[in-house]
Amino acid sequence: MAQPLSIAVVDYEGGNLASAARAALRAAELSGLDASVIITNEPGEVRRADRIILPGQGAFADCAQGLEAIAGLKDAILQAVAKGTPFLGICVGMQLMAERGLEHGVTEGFGWIAGEIAPMEAPGLRLPQMGWNELELHQSHPLTQGLGPAPHGYFVHSYALRNTTDDVLLASADYGGSVPAIVCRNNVAGTQFHVEKSQTVGLKILANFLAWQPEATF
Amino acid sequence: MLKLRVIPCLDVKNGRVVKGVNFVALRDAGDPVEQAAVYDAAGADELTFLDITASHENRDTILDVVSRTAEKIFLPLTVGGGVRTTDDMRRLLLAGADKCAMNSAAVTRPELINEAARKFGSQCVVVAVDARQTAPGTWEVFTHGGRTPTGMNAIDWCRQAAERGAGEILLTSMDRDGTGSGFDLDLLRAATQAVRLPIVASGGVGTLDHFVEGARAGATGLLAASVFHFGQFTVSQVKQALTQAGLPVRPSPAPFQVSQTS
Repeated sequence: MAQPLSIAVVDYEGGNLASAARAALRAAELSGLDASVIITNEPGEVRRADRIILPGQGAFADCAQGLEAIAGLKDAILQAVAKGTPFLGICVGMQLMAERGLEHGVTEGFGWIAGEIAPMEAPGLRLPQMGWNELELHQSHPLTQGLGPAPHGYFVHSYALRNTTDDVLLASADYGGSVPAIVCRNNVAGTQFHVEKSQTVGLKILANFLAWQPEATF
Repeated sequence: MLKLRVIPCLDVKNGRVVKGVNFVALRDAGDPVEQAAVYDAAGADELTFLDITASHENRDTILDVVSRTAEKIFLPLTVGGGVRTTDDMRRLLLAGADKCAMNSAAVTRPELINEAARKFGSQCVVVAVDARQTAPGTWEVFTHGGRTPTGMNAIDWCRQAAERGAGEILLTSMDRDGTGSGFDLDLLRAATQAVRLPIVASGGVGTLDHFVEGARAGATGLLAASVFHFGQFTVSQVKQALTQAGLPVRPSPAPFQVSQTS
C-alpha cells in the first residue's frame, strides 16, 4: 500500500484551521483518496507534506507577521513550493501569494502571483463582501473541473487582488467589478473565497487540489 | 453577482433546538446537528445557532453542538448567545464557528468589538442588535433577550459597531420577533442607510413575501427560525419567492462528482 497523501494545514494563528482540515479530509473521503491531515507550525512537517494548505483570516499584515514570527516556517513553505509541493492558499492565505498587501501599511507577500492586495471599492455595494458569489471560470484547469453549472463560492473580504496578470486568473466573481476568485501559477493556487465553507463546490476544488499533479514548478 | 443569503436560525438550549415566541413559551423540537444537516441539504446559505439561555447556563453544550455540526456541514456557521469575552469567541471559533454574534457584552463594553476584530478579524465579528421601536423612526437597543432597555439609539449603535470593526450586523426587531407579521422595514431601511456593513434582517417573518420585503429594504441576509423550524416553508420555497421577485439567490449546488481517474 502507498502511504496516505499527507496534507499540512499551516498553523500560524491565521484562521479557522479546523474547518480547512475537516474539509480537506472530507474531500479526500468523497473522492476515495487515502489522506491524512496535520495542523502544524513545525517547519519540518511542512517541508515533508505532500500538500500544503495555508488558511488566513483578518488583516494581511497580521497574517504575514504571524507567519514570520514562527522560526523557519516561511522558509519551509518556500522550500516545499520550490521542490514542487502543491500549495493552496485560502482567503488571506491566497492574498499572501501576491507581491504585497496594502492593509495596515505595505507588507511583502510571497510574490508568486503578480499584483497587490488593495481595498475594494465596490461602489454602491456593502463591504465586506459577505456571501455567495458566482464563479466565472476563465480557463480550463484541473483545479476547476467538475464544479457543475453556475458554481458559487462563499466570500468574506474587503480587500482583493488587483493588477494581476490574466494567465494566473482561473476564476473571478463580480462585485462592483471583477474580483479575482481563483489564481494559480505553476504549483501554487489560491482561492479568495472559503473553499472549506462552500459546500460541494468547495469540496470539489479541494478534491481537485489533492489529486492535482502540476505540470510546472518554480 | 453576490446572492442574498437565506439563513435558518436554530435557537439552542442545553444542546437542544427550541424556538421561542417572543422569547417565552419555548417548544422543544430536536437535535440541532440533525436540523443543521436538513438545512444544509435544503440549500441554506448560512446557519445561525443562537444559544438563548447561555447567559445563565453552562456554555459547553453549545461547543459540542458547534463541533459536531462543523464536522458534517461545510457552510458558514454563526453562533451567538453569551459571547462575553474574546476567550468565549476563541472557544467557539476553535469548535468550528465562523462568526460569533455578540450582543449584551458589546453594549456593556463596546471595546469588546475592537478587541475581537483585532484578534480574529472583522469577518467573524457580528454585532447582534435587538431593537424595539420607542417612537416613530426611533428604536432603542435592548439586551438580555429583549428584557433590558439600554437607553441607546439602535441606529447610532449600528454606526458605532461598524466604526469599532464589526463585520456584520444582525438586526432583530424585538417588536416583530415571533409575531409572523414581517420584518420591521423602517428599522431595516434606517440601519442599511446608516452603515455600509452587510445587515442580516431578523424577527417577524411569517410569509414568503416578508423575505422579499426584507431584501428590498436593503438586508443582504434574511434570517428566520420558526417558519423553517415548524415546516411552514422550506428554504427552497423562499428562494423561489425571491427569484420570482427578481432578486438574486444561489441555486442549490450540484452534488459532488467523483472524477474519472485515468
